[in-house]
Amino acid sequence: MSRTRTPVVANWFTGEGEGFRLLGTRCSACAAVFFPREDVHCRNPGCGGGDLAEAPLSRRGLVWSYTDGRYRPPEPYVSDPELPWRPYTLIAVELEAERMVVLGQAAPGVHVDDLEVGMEVEVVPGVLHEDGETTWTTWHWRPVGASA
Amino acid sequence: MDDLALAARGGERVTGEVAVLGAGMHPWGKWGRGFVEYGVVAARAALADAGVDWRSVGSVVGADTVRGGYPGYVAGATFARALGWQGARVSSVYAACASGAQAISTARTQILAGMADVVLVVGADAAPKGFFRPAGGDRPDDPDWLRFRVLGATNPAYFGLYARRRMAVHGDTLEDFAQVKVKNAASGALNEYARYRKPVTADEVAASAVVADPLRLLDICATSDGAAALVLSSMEFARRHGAPDPVRVRAVSTVTPTYPNTVLDLPDIATDSAAAVAPAGRTFRASIARAAYEEAGIGPEDVSLAEVYDLSTALELQWYEDLGLCGEGEGAKLLHDGATAPGGRVPVNSSGGLASFGEAVPAQAIAQVCELTWQLRGAAGARQVSGARVGVTANQGLFGHGSSVIAVR
Repeated sequence: MSRTRTPVVANWFTGEGEGFRLLGTRCSACAAVFFPREDVHCRNPGCGGGDLAEAPLSRRGLVWSYTDGRYRPPEPYVSDPELPWRPYTLIAVELEAERMVVLGQAAPGVHVDDLEVGMEVEVVPGVLHEDGETTWTTWHWRPVGASA
Repeated sequence: MDDLALAARGGERVTGEVAVLGAGMHPWGKWGRGFVEYGVVAARAALADAGVDWRSVGSVVGADTVRGGYPGYVAGATFARALGWQGARVSSVYAACASGAQAISTARTQILAGMADVVLVVGADAAPKGFFRPAGGDRPDDPDWLRFRVLGATNPAYFGLYARRRMAVHGDTLEDFAQVKVKNAASGALNEYARYRKPVTADEVAASAVVADPLRLLDICATSDGAAALVLSSMEFARRHGAPDPVRVRAVSTVTPTYPNTVLDLPDIATDSAAAVAPAGRTFRASIARAAYEEAGIGPEDVSLAEVYDLSTALELQWYEDLGLCGEGEGAKLLHDGATAPGGRVPVNSSGGLASFGEAVPAQAIAQVCELTWQLRGAAGARQVSGARVGVTANQGLFGHGSSVIAVR
């Protein structure tokens, strides 16, 4: 049975392969960038307020820090309680152009021992989990040069 | 230290003091009962300590818990009802881990405004087993819900990120982190209200299971049942009440961050962008203490002891720097020099800290001030910091809540 691919959150990312990007927004008045996206009001207190336009974020950044989850997180994180817990890695990535840090899960197979602060990583499409009808998609960070 | 000495250091902003007449706690642990019971025990202890009849309290301020159903959201009234309705003014406040500081701030504001002479402040919680989790339902507009749904990012995950970052930037080691636990467990062993009362060795920390790399179970605070309460009054009431030289609250900082907030904070998935606006010179955490110092007209060099929010061992080292007890990156050195241990220049977490208590969210910032009160009175028994005159607390609540209290005697 084929599942429908659905983003875990609508409009936070788009594209496939090399074209995959996180989607923020940019204020037309002050150029402030927001991720997760702000679509109503600019949060810069010194800005009179401008239109917020969708803005893809940089594909690559540098590892700010990383950790992993050795124990099963509570809901609403989805995992099968029947299966043994498999730790996943979290990476916080500093985007140079946007001057911000964005958190994400690492691509499957990337462990904390594979990472160092300052290492270059890129955003890639990923799967958060699957259920009967749906493949829930997300973004992953992966060291540049690592194989998929 | 007297007011003149403080003024000589540029302390023009002493905005007025309130007296701490009484402090009380319910022992912390996993007791399996409701938060109201814990809060009432702490409240009665604080009232007895103050020598104040509940019926003469003019205002009650409750720090809310999100885990007790509706009564938890209206904690002030819940505690007032349990103590027996007597007509007092009531407030209930919530600011996550900073709720206790908001409650103290509300009480102090009412006293300084002349709206009440005596105010009872109470915070209590009955915590779940395991990780804290967000409220249920499908709520993609809530960053706290999103970080669990999208990333599975628990609180310890953020503690792990901060710890790893310190290791990379400042050269901190796992052994440094373990020594924080060793220090705090030794103090907690002396505290009758602490949940964990056994000394811990560095080997025991290293042998405990990794929860969120690089942090281990004994690097991370537990979640607890517990309660703390304070009776605050005007200085004039304290004098009339026969307490001419009480511990005094001199400053309460409840600041928010400034945009752009460039340190990744729970429960956020990203920081603000600094591309359009240059960040302020100091981080949010550093600004919390800075505001308290400015309000009190003192500096870090005046501090005798500090109670900080050691959600993790690594975070305690961060607070040393954010409180100005040492320079950036020097937290581990300050620890190893013994400055923050009992008998050191500025003991930190003489209570045993969250390492020994665990988190009882609405009670914790109040409990920090209870410890300052006992220390500044010289009544802390085997934990006593000799010559304690000025104490500072530091704490931070989810969603941008600063919390720092300075008490003096």
